[in-house]
Amino acid sequence: MPIYRFVIRFNQPDPRSACYKADAHALGFNTLQMVECQDLYFIEGQLSDEELQRLALKLLTDPVIQSATWAALPAEPTTLSPDTVMVEVALRPGVTDPVAHEIIRAAHEVGFTGVHRAATGLRFLLGFDTSALPPSAPSSTDIRLSASQSAPASALAEKLAKQLLSNAVIQHWTFGGITPSFPEEAQASGAVEIIPIRELSDAELLAVSQDRRAALDLTEMHAIQACYRAEQRDPTDVEFETIAQTWSEHCVHKTFKAKVTLSSPGRGQGEGRVIDSIIKTYLKAATDKIAAPWVISAFVDNAGIIDFDEEFEISFKAETHNHPSAIEPFGGANTGVGGVIRDVLGVSAKPVAATDILCFGPQDTDPNSLPEGVLHPRRIQSGVVAGVQDYGNKIGIPTVNGAILYDEGYTANPLVFCGCVGIAPKGKHRKTPQPGDRVIVLGGRTGRDGLRGATFSSMTMDAQTGEVSGASVQIGDPITEKGLIDVITRARDLGLYTDITDCGAGGLSSAAGEMASKTGAEIELKDVRLKYPGLAPWEIWLSEAQERMVLAVPPANIAALQALCDTFDTELTDIGAITGDNRLIVRYGGKTVLDLDNAFLHNGIPQRQLKAVIGNHVESKQVNGETSTPVYASTCLLDYLIALLSHPNIASKAATIRIYDHEVQGGTVIKPLTGVMADAPSDATVLKPIGTKGTKGIVLSNGINPEYGKRDAYAMAWAVVDEAIRNAVAVGADPSRIAILDNFCWGDPKRPETMGTLVEAARGCHDAAIAYGTPYISGKDSLNNEYLGADGQRHAIPPTLLISALGIIDDVRQSISMDLKQAGSALYLVGDFQPTLGGSHLSLITHHSGAAVPAPPAHAPAVYRALHEAIKAGLVKAAHDLSEGGLAVAAAEMSIGGRLGIDLTLSPDPNHATRILFGETNGCLLAEVAPAAAADFEKRFAALPLMKVGTVTAEPVLKLAGDVIPVADLAAAFNAPVHASLIPSH
Amino acid sequence: MKPNALVLQARGTNRDFDVMDALTLAGADPVGVPLNDLRARKANWNDFQMLIVAGGFSYADALGAGKLLALDLNSYFEDEIAAFVASGKPVIGICNGFQALVKSGILPGISVVAGPEGATQSPEATLTFNKQGHFECRWVNLAPISQTCIWTQGLEDNIACPIAHGEGNFQVSSQTLLNTLTANDQIALTYILPDGSSAKGEYPANPNGSVLDIAGICNPAGNVLGLMPHPENHIHPYQHPQWTRGISGQSGLALFENGVKLAQGV
Repeated sequence: MPIYRFVIRFNQPDPRSACYKADAHALGFNTLQMVECQDLYFIEGQLSDEELQRLALKLLTDPVIQSATWAALPAEPTTLSPDTVMVEVALRPGVTDPVAHEIIRAAHEVGFTGVHRAATGLRFLLGFDTSALPPSAPSSTDIRLSASQSAPASALAEKLAKQLLSNAVIQHWTFGGITPSFPEEAQASGAVEIIPIRELSDAELLAVSQDRRAALDLTEMHAIQACYRAEQRDPTDVEFETIAQTWSEHCVHKTFKAKVTLSSPGRGQGEGRVIDSIIKTYLKAATDKIAAPWVISAFVDNAGIIDFDEEFEISFKAETHNHPSAIEPFGGANTGVGGVIRDVLGVSAKPVAATDILCFGPQDTDPNSLPEGVLHPRRIQSGVVAGVQDYGNKIGIPTVNGAILYDEGYTANPLVFCGCVGIAPKGKHRKTPQPGDRVIVLGGRTGRDGLRGATFSSMTMDAQTGEVSGASVQIGDPITEKGLIDVITRARDLGLYTDITDCGAGGLSSAAGEMASKTGAEIELKDVRLKYPGLAPWEIWLSEAQERMVLAVPPANIAALQALCDTFDTELTDIGAITGDNRLIVRYGGKTVLDLDNAFLHNGIPQRQLKAVIGNHVESKQVNGETSTPVYASTCLLDYLIALLSHPNIASKAATIRIYDHEVQGGTVIKPLTGVMADAPSDATVLKPIGTKGTKGIVLSNGINPEYGKRDAYAMAWAVVDEAIRNAVAVGADPSRIAILDNFCWGDPKRPETMGTLVEAARGCHDAAIAYGTPYISGKDSLNNEYLGADGQRHAIPPTLLISALGIIDDVRQSISMDLKQAGSALYLVGDFQPTLGGSHLSLITHHSGAAVPAPPAHAPAVYRALHEAIKAGLVKAAHDLSEGGLAVAAAEMSIGGRLGIDLTLSPDPNHATRILFGETNGCLLAEVAPAAAADFEKRFAALPLMKVGTVTAEPVLKLAGDVIPVADLAAAFNAPVHASLIPSH
Repeated sequence: MKPNALVLQARGTNRDFDVMDALTLAGADPVGVPLNDLRARKANWNDFQMLIVAGGFSYADALGAGKLLALDLNSYFEDEIAAFVASGKPVIGICNGFQALVKSGILPGISVVAGPEGATQSPEATLTFNKQGHFECRWVNLAPISQTCIWTQGLEDNIACPIAHGEGNFQVSSQTLLNTLTANDQIALTYILPDGSSAKGEYPANPNGSVLDIAGICNPAGNVLGLMPHPENHIHPYQHPQWTRGISGQSGLALFENGVKLAQGV
């Protein structure tokens, strides 16, 4: 059947091409003078000339601004000027291509029934200033040269194609015309392999684990071997892969459930102490001790759930998608967002908000310094942000809270935390499947995509990871997931299902496996709908194809559910039944390919035994280049202030925030950016979910601090719990109604020093949560965030703990924003003010080692309670927390928000001015109080730490310690863009 | 009597509940109707006095925002919508709905002179990629201009509300069309500076590069309005970005009240 290539070009310079050009320049391609990006469509089918023309003009082109050409493949060579290089990029076979799918559907809709298959691609025309090019190819030595093009230009084009225009994980590229790759029409395969595990030696067992990228250790392989020896048979590949997934770090959290033996060299205390499960000892223990009556579900479901009002409950979950985002940033982040949304759907809730906290390498990293196989941090950031944007915006969930941090430790291993908040009517979520209920898959079809993602995320990455694990990454399809929201929220209200769970890591093996864990299930894999034929049974069972949910549905309700699915264009597939024999049985065409006892599958994993060394921070080696005396010292404190405001971690994130839709659903009361010019950073977000009655709202905030993590994991945990709560309280959240999530991102826990910091951080989580009465309702860990570079060096991330807070505010109309409101107001500092330079951002700028990191704040719970009561009483016009950059940065940000000045009357001891103004502390906020309210406000803090530190002035200048600076200059420094442009989404 | 408002829910519509909230406040009785229910005749066009094509990402913006929803409108409901529009009932397309109305030719709704081939009838206006090259979410200020447009006529206050789009740059293929739009009083809403003066094409007051700062246009009869910004997201006092500074206004609501007022008369 003929394949036609359509080339769609803009008639005038277009923004997408301009973005590519700006990004290329930022990556150092300074001789690139022209980029023209064109769309390619490949359509296979029997089509007349007239049909081709109408297809091009009616469907593929916007005739006002674009024009089209088309021809049958193979295409005539395109004639180009000698200075121009043509690069074409297309997706690899099997990568999700929603546009191609829509082309076929739409073509049939308008009557072009001859259209059989479609694919998309991009063409880049690249013009280099050849006169400026060196005579020989730069840097790379193995560049293929195209004879027809000038050698230096094509060498540069190849480099650009690899660094910016394509990603080998999901795309391929060529000079000149590319040929689309349609998936091969393979024969259905029922092939099942038997793995002769019973006879294997230890070395052979480990080889099996490694060959199948199962990430199982010898103890676990022995447990599997023992099970099959007892059953007197060998496992099928379906069984082995299922066990590997079910027992993966990602699914079962074996490090957090491990038995850990502690040692603390040189300290003597606690030597040999054993911790039986970090989760039980610290995290769940804190929640159990606090026993908050408003916690509806903690640690058991897909997401944590708390009480909202008489009618609704609120759920919250955050997950990471680090390894996929490292190798394919767009798809990794895209499916990270999609995955956490399904977690919230998995508790029968409607998603109402998304959060994203991102950690990247420095954006100005020298491209030539990167280890082999590592994408440039700029490219990772723009891809990740585009991925979050694409999913959140398209599915219609506001992305309202987040953070972006930069550290060299994240260069090869970025962190992408995606969170989602949901709302559901009380009492409608059911998790009680009954024997006889049908097992139903809703949503997307199953392909070879995402195989072994759960074990992939549990392994250290190496230079080959991108190649080998390419299948683990995929592009999401948010519109299909939107259909799932539409169907599931309605099916929930109609009571059509008895159990629901999401298809995440491990695919059906995990989702149906979990559903079967209660009473048993039998599944027929031949009934699973596939994107393309040819998948082996284990591939169908393990596939992590996105946008699928699994439901248990009584047979009598199938017709009603099918009707809903028809209305919302969602596929429903019946793949089996719930049984009552506590076994999971999977068949392919009637032949049993898996037959496992629930007890072994879900409880048979041996508890890991790990060692932890406390107090010997291996990560402290990352705190390099610091000296006891500042390398960079200024006599003018304002220089420090400006440098801090424009530091990438502190500077405005508006460029990212504004490409996320943070207004959809109409409930964003305190927005991520606030103030007169809407350019000041809010401490937290307040939401009033659409459809709720009354005045109650949700508060979202977060705390994260890898600088402290490098130095003292216990203190870091305290600091970030405090920060998350402090941020929520700053906008008006009730401190007694805050729930938190923990997300640990750590290195290899088998290294005792790394395990030591993990244990210390968890202990800090426990102690802080108890102190504030703030329970954990859900948590996740991502371990092995390390990268073995081609240089043989180990690259580990800083110990990173994200605390996400979900607060309740009784009346959203009482929430406050951080921008200064009125000249004449008094500015108070409330809380235990103990500024220190250890781990501070001033230390980052001056390369000064400083001292200890901030200590736990003794009075914080009482201070937050008093501040909350003052906010409720209407005494506080604005509040802002002291965080990175300390007091001076917090004051400057409030000034920027209100475009009002501050006369900082606090006169620090000249010997300590730097520490007092820029040192960092826990437990402190600035509060703006009108003169008339000052007496009342002060009275509420009679027994608590409180300082009046300044006065708000109409003249927009900040006066501190004898120096004066216009607020406009502060705003300019704060708004200095971290990056100049963004790569458009795929 | 409360007019019934048909809020069209296509695959990827996502501001349907937002606009239903606005319509309810404005005095209408909104019903979200999935496109497939209309196709299956489970809902009847004649039962409705208003039509709302809500915002979102229909079909994920594949092949251009609103393009495939426009195809649906023309393939499945061409006669029904033509009758609805001809009857003078109020119709509004917001954001993705605007894109669909433009790409289906319902807006600007000027009969196109047949080309030399006789059959070629290309729409002369479009909504294309924002000039700055990416999606953008920010609050903008709008001046209601058209007195022909039943949605904007008589509105005294400027409207503050957010935009949230990547393809909102209104462009035309000829100056003639711009002249016609102006002459017909079809320019319904324009982007302005906070002080009410012209945005003069300058970012960010004009957030996407639209020609003549056009934020919304209507059909020649004035009953069909399309606009990129989201007035449905400024109907409560707590939605304004500076409500904590005492600034509010719910200025998006008046537009819907205008539509409801007319629908009551039809």
